[in-house]
Amino acid sequence: MAEKVLMKGNEAIGEAAIQAGCQCFFGYPITPQTEVAAYMSRRMPKIGRVFLQAESEVAAINMVYGAAGSGVRVMTSSSSPGVSLKQEGISYIAGAELPCVIINIVRGGPGLGGIQPAQSDYFQATKGGGHGDYRLVVYAPSSVQEMVDLIQDAFDVADIYRNPVMVMGDGMLGQMMEPVEFKEREAKQLPSKADWAATGLHGRKEHHVINSLFLQPEELEKHNEKLQKKYAEIEKNEVKYEMYNCDGDLDIVLVSYGTVSRICKNVIKMLAKEGLKVGLIRPITLWPFPKKAFEEVVDRTKYGFLSVELSCGQMVEDIELSVKGRKPVNFFGRSGGMVPSPTEIANKVKEIAGGAR
Amino acid sequence: MAVVFEPTKGLLDVPTHYCPGCTHGIIHRLVAESLEELGVIDKTIGVAPVGCSVLAYNYFACDMHEAAHGRAPAVATGIKRSLPDSVVFTYQGDGDLAAIGTAEIVHAAARGEKITTIFVNNCIYGMTGGQMAPTTLPGQVTETSPYGRDVKLQGHPIRVSEMLSTLDGAVYVERVSVDSVANVLKAKKAIKKAFELQIEGKGFTFVEVLSICPTNWGLSPRESIKWLQDNMIPYYPLGVKKDITQQEVK
Amino acid sequence: MAHQDIIFAGFGGQGILSMGKFLAYAGMEENLNVSWLPSYGPEMRGGTANCSVIVSDDNIGSPIVYDATTVVVMNRPSLDKFEHSVVKGGLLIIDSDLVNREAERTDIDVIKIPAQKVAEEVGSKKIANMVLLGALVEKTKIVKMESLLKALKEHGKEQFYEMNKKALEKGAEYARK
Repeated sequence: MAEKVLMKGNEAIGEAAIQAGCQCFFGYPITPQTEVAAYMSRRMPKIGRVFLQAESEVAAINMVYGAAGSGVRVMTSSSSPGVSLKQEGISYIAGAELPCVIINIVRGGPGLGGIQPAQSDYFQATKGGGHGDYRLVVYAPSSVQEMVDLIQDAFDVADIYRNPVMVMGDGMLGQMMEPVEFKEREAKQLPSKADWAATGLHGRKEHHVINSLFLQPEELEKHNEKLQKKYAEIEKNEVKYEMYNCDGDLDIVLVSYGTVSRICKNVIKMLAKEGLKVGLIRPITLWPFPKKAFEEVVDRTKYGFLSVELSCGQMVEDIELSVKGRKPVNFFGRSGGMVPSPTEIANKVKEIAGGAR
Repeated sequence: MAVVFEPTKGLLDVPTHYCPGCTHGIIHRLVAESLEELGVIDKTIGVAPVGCSVLAYNYFACDMHEAAHGRAPAVATGIKRSLPDSVVFTYQGDGDLAAIGTAEIVHAAARGEKITTIFVNNCIYGMTGGQMAPTTLPGQVTETSPYGRDVKLQGHPIRVSEMLSTLDGAVYVERVSVDSVANVLKAKKAIKKAFELQIEGKGFTFVEVLSICPTNWGLSPRESIKWLQDNMIPYYPLGVKKDITQQEVK
Repeated sequence: MAHQDIIFAGFGGQGILSMGKFLAYAGMEENLNVSWLPSYGPEMRGGTANCSVIVSDDNIGSPIVYDATTVVVMNRPSLDKFEHSVVKGGLLIIDSDLVNREAERTDIDVIKIPAQKVAEEVGSKKIANMVLLGALVEKTKIVKMESLLKALKEHGKEQFYEMNKKALEKGAEYARK
């Protein structure tokens, strides 16, 4: 067993990527994720890998596009306004079917917004972000340890499906320190990149072209159908979620992800003392969204569901699509960098459950 | 029978989409021949832009990347940094490079990325149908400067080669033209030299090629060549702007 | 059950973040769960700094501390901000050299330590944070002093170890008074 070390979330991101075999990192400073780039700038040159501070987030994601097309493991990291700038590149990477990992340590928006923790990039991450019919796999870890584990998964999933994968944390997760263990992982059998990567011919007969342009509508439609088939596979195979305290009859089920889900766990303990049975569905993949988790509890929850977010209800519609009108879906959130206290959330639960017993 | 002229192995044997009279074909050939003569087709990765040469990836025989508008130097940076032994070039037009991609080209040059950029300047946006480019000359009529480019309203053209030659990371910058046989030969020499210096690991190399656009200029190819000679060369003087291998910088 | 929700607060440069870190390391030493969350942003640059540290033998839910079992303050604004975050029966540790008012709460334990003076006697004002941390550990018993010393040895600068150790002991004495 590897030793546990106390590490800041942002630095753990860097180390996890290094251990996952990330060969290139292209970044740009922005609060609250700058430590990722700083960590990579210290470590990567020492192990003969590439760290480069780009002139903008736009350039950074396009460097990622170039390196990913060369067949190496590559990552970039930013925070909300910077991730907005990356959307063009992400769309190209998805269109050209290249594997890469993108970190978003989310801060409050819109616009320049603020620098405190938020989850207000849920739509951007899960519903597209850039142009065109594409999907990102989006992981939402809730602890530094889980972030480390998911980053390593992210590189594998990116390679398996030739698709960009986003790991979305919030400022809190990036800044906090927790003990973390870098587990030895079994080497996964991953598909070879030799049949598509543009590495130079080196004797190969057909030239490889990394491309997302299909000028003939028939060709582009065919390409889109291929992508959709891939996304359906991902939906089938890669859904991750946690169900907490969801056994038996439930008064209400909270739905939350990331650091907020940890606050919800405190709420559940508080309310248990008051006789309320509250469960939690914690999506670990925001896309694909864990619809089946809702099937397991929808008939057993008396007052339905409560989405608890650091955003203004962006997750509610995914929950509604999963619940399909069978139970009410409520919302409680804070935004702009405000983080709800357990008491605030508990009060909302009690209000829905018709007052404290 | 003696063979006097052959297709270059650097280009694939496919028809191109370029308009009649367009000089992209010549410039493609000069790049491809240079790669072939240097024996590096096998380890070259090219980056195509958005613009008329967007489909260049279909024509060059080496591995290719298609970049987003203006981002080719960043994409090339990612390729070269991950595959440092490869030869990497971008092939970009003036809208792509000098407008939307200004940041990318300036910083790739400033970093001294070991890549070569072939910059095709024809004073106009070709693919979208002839709009004003950052290189459009004062007074030049385009679809979006129908009364002629008024520098008071629309600003001045950018002399990209002169600008980049001020950066320490750029080791070789030359402006050439393909308006005559003599100049085509000079252009070839410049392009080949740019690749040679890249292969030697010297730094960022850049060749600006003055080119014509008969379709969007509304001129015949022959008139276009004359327009280039009469209007473009005076504003965009040919020659080496920087060469670290020469003591004397012109 | 071992559990402490702690807020350390003061000015940037007083070692607020590092005393939280050392306590977290000490908790790890004893196989307890720990989390450390700093305030971040422009306020870090010379303004007020604070961090939340949780040490627990149970799983840690939220890393944010709302209701602190212990608060350590090293300036007046921090006392004003966090005095009311202490839970009833909780602990408030004040650097009385830097805070020019008394605590208002009467339903909590308050330890006042002239930490600057004590630290200076030990060797340097810079280790006033260690004086306060010594008092915290002695009073709450959340970790053993040996674990904290081990954390200092492994993660602190070696040349300050002996001085830090003395500072912790001095602080502990105040907690025993």
